[in-house]
Amino acid sequence: MKETVLKRLHESLGARLVPFGGWTMPVQYSGILEEARAVRSAAGLFDLGHMGRVSVLGRDAEAYLQRLQTNDAAAIAPGRIRYAMLLDDQGRTQDDILVYREPEGHTGFLVVVNAGNAERDFAIMHRVAADFDDVQLVDRSTELAMIAVQGPRSEAIVQRVTDVDLRTVRYYGWARGRVGDTPGALSRTGYTGEDGFELYVPAAQAEGLWRRLTELGAGDGLIPCGLGSRDVLRLEAGMPLYGHEIDEQTTPLDAGLDFGVKFTHDFIGRAALERQLAAGGPQTRLVGLTTDSRRVPRQGYSVWSGDREIGRICSGTASPTLGTNIATAHVPVEFAEPGTELQFDVRGSREPARVVTLPFYKRAR
Amino acid sequence: MTKDDRKYLPTHEWCRIQDGIATIGITDFAVQSLSDLVFLDLPPIGTRISADDAFGEIESVKAVSDIVAPVSGEVVEVNEALPDDLDVLKTDPWDAGWMVKVKVTGESGNLLDAASYQRQVEAHE
Repeated sequence: MKETVLKRLHESLGARLVPFGGWTMPVQYSGILEEARAVRSAAGLFDLGHMGRVSVLGRDAEAYLQRLQTNDAAAIAPGRIRYAMLLDDQGRTQDDILVYREPEGHTGFLVVVNAGNAERDFAIMHRVAADFDDVQLVDRSTELAMIAVQGPRSEAIVQRVTDVDLRTVRYYGWARGRVGDTPGALSRTGYTGEDGFELYVPAAQAEGLWRRLTELGAGDGLIPCGLGSRDVLRLEAGMPLYGHEIDEQTTPLDAGLDFGVKFTHDFIGRAALERQLAAGGPQTRLVGLTTDSRRVPRQGYSVWSGDREIGRICSGTASPTLGTNIATAHVPVEFAEPGTELQFDVRGSREPARVVTLPFYKRAR
Repeated sequence: MTKDDRKYLPTHEWCRIQDGIATIGITDFAVQSLSDLVFLDLPPIGTRISADDAFGEIESVKAVSDIVAPVSGEVVEVNEALPDDLDVLKTDPWDAGWMVKVKVTGESGNLLDAASYQRQVEAHE
């Protein structure tokens, strides 16, 4: 198991650590639901050191990214970030990623990928890079720590540790500047459905920054959080998780992630997606389910319409924000209409569920 | 923490047998490990349960777990209020958090005394 630079700190602070995507990560500090509520009402602090981070440099960096991934790298302005997918040539999703173009005054891109797919992603990235004359890939995963501050109090808290004027950093924007005591970077991104920031600092600075944010944020209600609450928050916000809503069997179109795909460039898997569209597009939809049952719909549970099995649960959880249990599932188009009554199977017991529009939760702006 | 007045299964259930009636619950270690409890399913009065088989289910935000019977016998009483107030398991898993009472016809061969169970929990931590 790999460890982030903060692992021993999490242990000493009483977090519960579990294996996740090949890493030993905190799944919770005080409790999953309590942490989720803190992020919705105040702020939470997360260690994201397991995420893969790679700089893409060189004269051909942009052309390379156009080949590698589904979004339009040429349209990303300096200091902006876009969501994208890595596909195979059959259009099947290998990972979902974020592509950052360096802010003004810097060159190149940063790509952030999921921990569990990082090795495969890096293999794909190197293979594709071989077709270009001038692309350098620099794995930053070890030298950089990644810490998220999420929640409505995030801007006030993060502003206390940086010289970047956070009012100038828009959603899906990023900037370089002092973060903590040293040069670093921060982005207005996250995986919770709240306003928030992700901070990138040298690994040696991570523990000091974590402690400082905990201290400086305590008065605002910031608490340290684990990946358990992050999963609840992202599901409430309708954000996909690789291995759940998307995987090697799904195309981005299957999962309704069209916004991360731009047919402006010749990316790997494009032809397959065009064939899927020409054949009428996906025959299933990713939908949200809510239930009046006290049983939590969980990944893999079968989904039914009467006596017909129509799909499987992708993700499910108790939702502290909605006060009900929620889930996602891929279902045939004819069952995707909001209000459709379905059932899910918990160990032989059929529990009621209703199709709702994703996301379950959208913050007021 | 463990209580000397009862026996334990390695799967974190406790039972206290008095006058042929076993009171069954789960340990504070189990409650802490599960964390964020959301659902509890207990069998109705009259159900025959078998030692080492699941007789109930407890669900947290992250997972569903079986509750395993430390004894065989017939359920004669159920803590009906507990599924609607799972916080009781956090505050008092040893007494107020009891789950069922069972008229005992046999015991699991896997029952541990408090000291053995405590050692197992410490080895796990």
